[in-house]
Amino acid sequence: MNLESKDILGTEQLSREEIEGILDTAVSFKEVSTRQIKKVPTLRGRTIINLFFEASTRTRTSFEIAGKRLSADVINISASTSSTVKGESLLDTAYNLEAMNPDLLIVRHSISGVPHMIASHIKCPVINAGDGAHEHPTQALLDLLTIREHSKQLTGLKVAIVGDITHSRVARSNIYAMLKCGMEVTVVGPPTMIPVGMECLGVKVLHDLEEAVSQVDVVMMLRIQLERQNEGLFPSFREYSNRFCLTADKLKHGRKDILIMHPGPVNRGIEIALDVMEGPHSVILDQVNNGVALRMALMYLLLGGGSETDH
Amino acid sequence: MNAEEMNRAITRIAHEILEKNKGTGDLALVGIRTRGVVLANRLRDKIKDIEKTTIDLGILDITLYRDDLTTGKDKPVLRDTDIPFAIDGKKVVLCDDVLFTGRTIRAAIDALVDFGRPAQVQLAVLIDRGHRELPFRPDYVGKNIPTSKDMRVKVQMTEEDAEDQVIVVNSKGQN
Amino acid sequence: MKLIIKNGRVIDPANNIDGKYDIVIEKGLIQSVTPSGKSPAKQDGSAKIIDAKDCIVAPGFLDMHVHFREPGFEYKETIESGCESAAAGGFTTVAMMPNTNPVNDNRSVTELMISRAKAHGKIQALAIGAISKGLKGESLSDMGDLKDAGVIAFSDDGRPVMNNQVMRRALEYSRMFDLPLIQHSEILDLTNGGCMNEGRVSTELGLKGMPTEAEDIMVYRDIALLEKTGGRLHVAHISSGESVELVRRAKAKGLPVTCEVAPHHFILTDESVRGYDTNTKMSPPLRAQSDIDAIKEGLKDGTIDIIATDHAPHDRVDKQADYHNACFGIVGLETALPLSLRLVEEKILTLPQLVEKLTSRPAEIFKLDQGTLGVGQQADVVIFDPGQEYKVEASQFKSKSKNSPFDGWPVKGRVRHTIAKGNIIYSS
Repeated sequence: MNLESKDILGTEQLSREEIEGILDTAVSFKEVSTRQIKKVPTLRGRTIINLFFEASTRTRTSFEIAGKRLSADVINISASTSSTVKGESLLDTAYNLEAMNPDLLIVRHSISGVPHMIASHIKCPVINAGDGAHEHPTQALLDLLTIREHSKQLTGLKVAIVGDITHSRVARSNIYAMLKCGMEVTVVGPPTMIPVGMECLGVKVLHDLEEAVSQVDVVMMLRIQLERQNEGLFPSFREYSNRFCLTADKLKHGRKDILIMHPGPVNRGIEIALDVMEGPHSVILDQVNNGVALRMALMYLLLGGGSETDH
Repeated sequence: MNAEEMNRAITRIAHEILEKNKGTGDLALVGIRTRGVVLANRLRDKIKDIEKTTIDLGILDITLYRDDLTTGKDKPVLRDTDIPFAIDGKKVVLCDDVLFTGRTIRAAIDALVDFGRPAQVQLAVLIDRGHRELPFRPDYVGKNIPTSKDMRVKVQMTEEDAEDQVIVVNSKGQN
Repeated sequence: MKLIIKNGRVIDPANNIDGKYDIVIEKGLIQSVTPSGKSPAKQDGSAKIIDAKDCIVAPGFLDMHVHFREPGFEYKETIESGCESAAAGGFTTVAMMPNTNPVNDNRSVTELMISRAKAHGKIQALAIGAISKGLKGESLSDMGDLKDAGVIAFSDDGRPVMNNQVMRRALEYSRMFDLPLIQHSEILDLTNGGCMNEGRVSTELGLKGMPTEAEDIMVYRDIALLEKTGGRLHVAHISSGESVELVRRAKAKGLPVTCEVAPHHFILTDESVRGYDTNTKMSPPLRAQSDIDAIKEGLKDGTIDIIATDHAPHDRVDKQADYHNACFGIVGLETALPLSLRLVEEKILTLPQLVEKLTSRPAEIFKLDQGTLGVGQQADVVIFDPGQEYKVEASQFKSKSKNSPFDGWPVKGRVRHTIAKGNIIYSS
């Protein structure tokens, strides 16, 4: 299986075949992480740079573990956004890193489009580890992997994505990928958190969590950024939680085998109740587990290669 | 090699394995994807027929251990590795359909040792076509087929293909 | 020197002329405009003859909205490079916005800008003074003094006058000078942090949007104020379809409102932002197709009076940033003609109507003695070939900055010669 592009910038650019190929490959990589020696020599001697302009422990760690389990050298750079303010442009940073001959650049930035800009100026592959409110393709792919593990097939599944859709890259990447895989997506949140033109993407919009829960196979809760309260997107956390916190009570009308997901980190009690988070429907830790395998798969597909040769 | 010849060769290898290892104690088979797995399965069945015991069998996908991963364009499809037993102290018989340069075996041994420390690693192949690039010698061979380097040896087995046979294809694609 | 322009199709909307005429220019003035072949001026050897066959001969264009960045940001553009860029685009008169550093909110800056322009001298570059001190929107600039120094209008362009009371006072106070106030219409608390049009594309790209209401509300407010205060309002770079309708209704009421549109706002939609090219970032932002349709309707029925480029040069470093932090604006002078000619091709405007929006109409609004080819007028003339096809090459721009989303576009219509005060100042 081959990927069309040298980069993984978003699920919007991936075809359904590519998405399924990535998921299939990831399934095989899960086994590596169960071994005592959790390492294969596949990318030995390769250099992967984690270029994170925005703080993130779990995504960065997941990429780092993935790279190391493939025997690549992984270097973490936490670039502060302020260095760009000081005159070194983003592209300067990218050119400087490229001059050190990395084989893969993993970029996260708080502003939409930055990984695309970097990817278009440098030769080595780029994986978008989250850009602003745009895309977070590896998260969406690991979410699909998790759903597929539990529901066997994706086509026809109904998913509710709940929370601050406007500012969520996880929501966008999931919407693009899920629609391609034949799933039905409903976004749920207060109207202030649903961006203009949402329906044009092909999703349903609801403002009632209980109603949504009763209709779907999967509920994906999004993290509420604490600073959003100051922007007046909702009156208070109490008010938000009353309506949009996923509690056992709100789950009553859901299917018996409903899946509860969350990209983390979780604001417990604000968007999801503790007992739901730790309850039987929750696959939140499976998501984390699948994240490593999924990222290994992408690294393998972008950097691996080689034709079937002789014995 | 036709189906009958193939069957006879596998039966012989099964006997040789048992003879060399003095029975089935600590014996395990590990097949290299794809047709090495088929060979391993058939060997296990033969051994069961002879000794009435079922020995451990593992599946190895050596894709991640290949030394040519980054040179070509097509990425090989990665499939599961499944070794459902501890290989420490076992006498492991690696099984593959064709032995050629030896590079696959190198990768397989690298992969195997990541799973533990076998007491011994032996090698069983259906066809040895020569042209080794690494110092490997098979312990069990179904048939030696001298070939020129640009020829291709195709092993077909009913688990994966239409019938049991081995055909040699020259570089122009003719039989 | 004597110049004779022969065989061209002369379009001079102010004098209702459209046909084959020969124009004689001497001592910097138009000496005669006579039907082709009947030129009274004998071939007297010393005259330079320009054969304008297949070309349009029109008054030099006026652009009432440019940013020449001097003083303060000379690395982006200077008055000199800006004037060269204007000449290459067929413009012989431009009006420079006051968002310089220091801001043109006082006589000394005005005088500096005007004297720089005169020193270069090729075209006429006029100054627009600030409405408020420091463009802060808090207290009015010394408008009278600015007028005496030579400004031809007032604007805080780049920023709106947000405070209602300040805007009301500005409209009232400016009545004494009979100069228009040019408003950059944008309710800032609706666009705060935004960098593109709000809509489906901004939702997909995850960029903060700038809704059209932000423009509409301010246009509405200004018209409401104007109705009571009097004064003259000119709406800068209109981009929202609803705003066009608001201006249309105000005009129907007979209010002294005029407005302009920049070529990119009737050519590009927010779809071009896909790919995050920062040369598609401008304020107001590129809007939706429905807005373009409404703008074209406004051009057609005369609601939109003039075309102005909002020429906003930015150096590479200002644009080579992430989309959110990149500067707003694009250069416009050297692409205005071919882009505007598309309106003729699409039969939105006739060629004379287009020329009018680039010449006599802006002259009329800003009370300038330009934009016509009347006998005795200063000889500002543009000769262009509307059929010539070529590719836009931003690297070849005379402007110091190359920030154009049209780089590489195949276009039609090229300036052959620009003549200002009787001198040929640009030839392609």
